[in-house]
Amino acid sequence: MIIFETKDLVKFFGGLAAVNGVSFQIEQGEIFGLIGPNGSGKTTIFNLINNYFPLTSGDVLFDGRSIKNLKTHKICHLGIARTFQVVKPLARLTVLENVTASAFCRVNSIKEAQKLALEMIDFCGLMSYKEQQAKGLPIGLRKRLEITRAMATQPKILLLDETCAGLTPKEVDLAIDLIKEINRRGVTVIVIEHIMKVIMTISQRILAINHGQPIAAGTPEEIARNPQVIEAYLGEEDHA
Amino acid sequence: MKSSLGLLKALVVLVIAGIVPLFIKQDYYIHLLILVLMWVIIGSCWNLISGYTGQVSFGQAAFFGVGAYTAGILFTKLELSPWWGLVLGGWTAMILALIIGYLCFRLRGPYFALATLAAGEILRLIANNWVDFTEGMVGILIMQTFSSKLPYYYLVLGLAACCLGVISLVMNSKLGYYFVSIREDQDAAESLGINTTLYKNLSLLISSFFTGTAGAFYLNYMGFIDPSVVFSLHDISIQAILVGIIGGVATIWGPALGALIMVGIQELFRTAIFGLAPKWVSQGHAMAFGILVVLTILFMSNGVVGDWSKIKRLFIRKSPEAAS
Amino acid sequence: MLVFVQTIVAGILIGGLYALIGIGMTLIMGVMGIINLAHGQIMMVSMYLTYVCFNTFGMDPYLSLVVTMPALFFISFYIGKYLLVPLIGRDSILPENQVLMTVGIAICLTETMRFIFTSNYQSVRTGYSNKAFYLGDISFNFPLAVAFLIAIGITVALFFFLMKTDIGRAIRATAQDKDAAVLMGINQQRITYATYGLGAALTAAAGSLLLPIYYLFPDLGGPFTLKAFVITILGGMGSTVGAILGGLTLGIAESLGATYISMGYKDAVGMVIFLLVLIFIPGGLKRFTKI
Repeated sequence: MIIFETKDLVKFFGGLAAVNGVSFQIEQGEIFGLIGPNGSGKTTIFNLINNYFPLTSGDVLFDGRSIKNLKTHKICHLGIARTFQVVKPLARLTVLENVTASAFCRVNSIKEAQKLALEMIDFCGLMSYKEQQAKGLPIGLRKRLEITRAMATQPKILLLDETCAGLTPKEVDLAIDLIKEINRRGVTVIVIEHIMKVIMTISQRILAINHGQPIAAGTPEEIARNPQVIEAYLGEEDHA
Repeated sequence: MKSSLGLLKALVVLVIAGIVPLFIKQDYYIHLLILVLMWVIIGSCWNLISGYTGQVSFGQAAFFGVGAYTAGILFTKLELSPWWGLVLGGWTAMILALIIGYLCFRLRGPYFALATLAAGEILRLIANNWVDFTEGMVGILIMQTFSSKLPYYYLVLGLAACCLGVISLVMNSKLGYYFVSIREDQDAAESLGINTTLYKNLSLLISSFFTGTAGAFYLNYMGFIDPSVVFSLHDISIQAILVGIIGGVATIWGPALGALIMVGIQELFRTAIFGLAPKWVSQGHAMAFGILVVLTILFMSNGVVGDWSKIKRLFIRKSPEAAS
Repeated sequence: MLVFVQTIVAGILIGGLYALIGIGMTLIMGVMGIINLAHGQIMMVSMYLTYVCFNTFGMDPYLSLVVTMPALFFISFYIGKYLLVPLIGRDSILPENQVLMTVGIAICLTETMRFIFTSNYQSVRTGYSNKAFYLGDISFNFPLAVAFLIAIGITVALFFFLMKTDIGRAIRATAQDKDAAVLMGINQQRITYATYGLGAALTAAAGSLLLPIYYLFPDLGGPFTLKAFVITILGGMGSTVGAILGGLTLGIAESLGATYISMGYKDAVGMVIFLLVLIFIPGGLKRFTKI
């Protein structure tokens, strides 16, 4: 069942088209990968989806309804949560307070919010850090906090923006496990990632883009063999 | 986030505050206490929108003045008792807050601060020049209802208790979490489902309500207002900020302490340290504030309450483990 | 019609001086990222210094530029060094710490002057204070016209400095990208203090030029600080050309306000423009210029 769809997304910044005609559909419950070289427009697509930036043209459909004119917080309430590539912790608050704040999206009393928050913190493996101030956490934990916070809003779709960047290999493995667990809970996940290991192992389908336009779509195996993708990442073959 | 111990502390303070003036013979000291309580309200309200919600306001005078003039104009134009201002002043201030919020919350950080400053100044200039409506620079004079200061004291004590009570309740609720989230990272907050525009406005509404009511109280108590007093950038808006930062930004009791310190210092200087220092010192309280601001920001930017642990460490030598 | 032209002329003349104040502030804002709410007070200090030079040494206010500009440069250099720069990058709940610090500095400057000179209004009476000259039917206030011309001269010199000298280029580089500038070997700290000093020197010049026309009292700083940031916001933060446009615009707007609305609302004009610009033209007039 198609839960989410973008149609011809276009975003111009001044004269530059950061995103130029991106369309894709996402099945409920799948993990969908979005790859592309730096500057190809991946994060911009996320920003367009939750209306962090307004669309120049195109449409975004959630459960068949257009959400392109909804405010960001409304989109979160509908069930689309995101993390930021450059993490945005609520610095002076503790981990628990960070997650509790997001939990209020679904409940109204402090008690219930804290309960939901603790549940999420436990699920994401941050229990031993719950009283620590967010700004004191190392990057790996801060990325995990981003995910935990997003999960506390009980999303149907989770947009993960390079949550594995800057992590050690062990941390990357843990992150992969977490994303898989999240997906097992029924959350549809769209992942932007540079680390091939992550995206290839967890995605069911992948869309590759470059210069704001789609260049290839398909299963991980298909994408890995696609010459245009290879060229975009590695450059043209050098005839020595 | 307070516990029931905090509530007990607050009740104790309230009771003491209630009893103390009965033992004070001189009216002048009651006057000082009234001033302190008024600044507790103004400072705490600034703290709500600025310290907790992170939208630094340089224009609290706009709300104070509007509240005061509500009371005054009800008297001059409608021949109603200015006490009605106490009821309505908060509401007119809130209407103003909606306008200012609508215009200014699209701005961030220092731009918001400057816009609020401009708002306060524009209102002052309107009050100065729209003579038909506000009596202009001449101001508004009323007959005070009570000859004793005590009724005014208990009234403002009640207002301050209400104000702090509401702020405390708010900060210990979902609203509190949301305000602080907006302060920490507005974009993240929005993505987490927080309607930042709505909550910023809510914060400003609460802040303006009590500030406006304080303004109406001011007219009833002092008997006289004019634009340069109640819409004053330096004496109201900036003073509100000083009360907040000296006492402790983003704490419940910080502004209260700040109010006490401010009025205390003012008194200290006005009396030239109770007559012990040369006469010219009595002119020095403004200078003292200036220096205090500079020193506080350099060394104690979270105020006395916020940096309390830092201050304690200066005076008490403890073993490293016990110090935190 | 004559009244209109006269109003515009008066507006342009005072606008030139406002521009000088505005350039000072916008440089500080652009390079240090600080909104300097002590700007008008620096001007006020310069005016008192000019006053002293006039009364004690018989120095003409225009000549005293050579005294006030360096003097305020040094005073501000050290204020920047010890009070403002330490705050940059410091984490505290209130991000507006720097702005508040400048408020504290403003209060200290005002009170120091009040202590030395009392709150009394002072003025400087020179031989030409009341003179006016005519171009056709339009009268020009002599001291204001001279001030305007000198202000232009200073602005031209400033542009030369910023464009052609090494330090000037370093300042512009830091204003555009602090980190890149540091990587290029620019001593960012020194440039920062130097910019504060430079901004102050320009304002100091405006002060000396204004003294023959204005009454002087310690609280003079406030309104001028407000004017300075109206100009800065109007012209666009960090844009010197924008500040010039902004200064002229403010001068003309105030002049028109004074003539056609009332003297009292003159100051309100600035505030209203300020709010309108903040709300409707984010980034200021700079948008319409290339620099």
